Amino acid sequence: MEPPRAQFRRVAARTGRPATLRFDGATIHATAGDSVLAALLESGVLVRRLEFGGEPRAGFCLMGACQDCWVWSAEGGRIRACTTPVADGMELFAEPQPQAPGHG
Amino acid sequence: MAEIVIIGAGPAGIAAAEMLCAKGLKPILIDEGARAGGQGYRRPASDLALDMNRLMGSEAEKYTALHRRFETLLPRLDYRPQTLVWAIDGSTLHLLRDGQAETQPFDRLLIASGAMDRIAPLPGWTLPGVFTLGGAQVALKDQGCLIGNRVAFLGSSPLLTLAAKQYREMGAEIAVIADTTPFSAKIAALPGLLRAPRTLVRGLWYMGAALRAGIPLLHGVMPIAIEGESRVEALVLRDAQGRERRFACDAVALGYGLKPETQLADLAGASFAYDPDFRLFLPAIDSMGRARPGLYLAGDGVRIGGADAAEASGALAAQAILADLGHGQDIAVTRTLARDVGRLRDFQRGLARAFAWPKAQIAALPDSVTLCRCEKITIGEVRAAMAKDLGPVEVNRVKAMTRCGMGRCQGRVCGPALQEIVAAEIGGDGAAAGRLRGQAPVKPIALAAAGSTA
Repeated sequence: MEPPRAQFRRVAARTGRPATLRFDGATIHATAGDSVLAALLESGVLVRRLEFGGEPRAGFCLMGACQDCWVWSAEGGRIRACTTPVADGMELFAEPQPQAPGHG
Repeated sequence: MAEIVIIGAGPAGIAAAEMLCAKGLKPILIDEGARAGGQGYRRPASDLALDMNRLMGSEAEKYTALHRRFETLLPRLDYRPQTLVWAIDGSTLHLLRDGQAETQPFDRLLIASGAMDRIAPLPGWTLPGVFTLGGAQVALKDQGCLIGNRVAFLGSSPLLTLAAKQYREMGAEIAVIADTTPFSAKIAALPGLLRAPRTLVRGLWYMGAALRAGIPLLHGVMPIAIEGESRVEALVLRDAQGRERRFACDAVALGYGLKPETQLADLAGASFAYDPDFRLFLPAIDSMGRARPGLYLAGDGVRIGGADAAEASGALAAQAILADLGHGQDIAVTRTLARDVGRLRDFQRGLARAFAWPKAQIAALPDSVTLCRCEKITIGEVRAAMAKDLGPVEVNRVKAMTRCGMGRCQGRVCGPALQEIVAAEIGGDGAAAGRLRGQAPVKPIALAAAGSTA
């Protein structure tokens, strides 16, 4: 099977420190300064499935308004991927984890 | 000393802060973003190898100047980036920074909250790979990324050709630039647009550049669908000659002009009136930006006018604050600013006709199309709720019955289209459909954070 094609294509290089995060167990290589969403979309993963019907979603407005790019942290918190910078060692999930308390 | 708070560090907020600081005042400037500049004059992180001068083109000088002015201001400001104002209660702002809630009282509040894209839905618009037109520019300016390799630009906005030009220069293939407003409407709007010839010439030049590059530039299209299994594969539309055409692409940038982010103005007690040209409910302001005693509104967050108008209206609102605080205002400066703001906003009014919101196309969309992307509510569900005996006839009741507009985005995305669906069902105009009221928190926050306010 060929690897998934990335949605985003980087056209300007970053010189920041490398940051490695894990998303649903997969390793994502990013650079400090990347938004979580850009890191995910550059690496070709599916960002999330809608809670209502499960269709795939990958963000929309990229400016913190549409709220369509929320992913979950290992601690059960929700992270808006387009306005959250990556941090080395971040562990993220497309869906809330079983141990997560039910945040509203 | 009176506490003056400015919300939004785009051109309007920066210009206002500059004028207040010049009088020896020290305003608090709160911004949700990490770096000042707002959306249009967004500054990339310093490590990103992006030639902003090239990207900003004819606006490069203004972009550089604004950021330089902001740097100069910084020592005299109480600047609070990455801070969300999520509620306004009387004369208290509720803030969230780093997950911590706090409050900030104010005597004078200037809101310069900016704008976001106005979106018309179509089949397939929720597929991964469809982004707002503004989002496509954010991806580039903030992250140094293109939203795809082969991008279709759909909507009705002069920014379609501008963004396509930026994308092409950065190496993207442009599948098509498709505008729903007929070319004849653009010609008809020309007289009104001649009041700002520089902007007009720039717009025409972008169109010319697209044509010279062999990019299909279509006017008067009827969007049919964005196709794809689990991501964007093509944009299908009917062109002005009635032919169905399919443009293979892996991303779509969607934008029908901008709409002010008015939720905070609403919570701060502004009153609203329907604007038939923009087909939006907008906060009522006087000629200097006063919405009510102590509340001032400026920039694209109150009237779409572009960056130049935002800057002038921010400075003008600062003059109003100075006058109201008894510092006296500079009459000559005020008069010049008011004239500039009026002229630039009139130009945008002309643009709203040349790049029209496609209300008839939206009203004719099939029932199956998703209207609310937050909770996947279809146009058919809204129509069915309204068709019932004693069904709702106004957007807030429709929201209560169907949850359309109640999701996490609070109707930012679906609101304008919902208005047209409701207006069509009741046989009225946008004014009759009513206005979705703003609610706190204006953006989702964790309950734990809201409860932590001391």
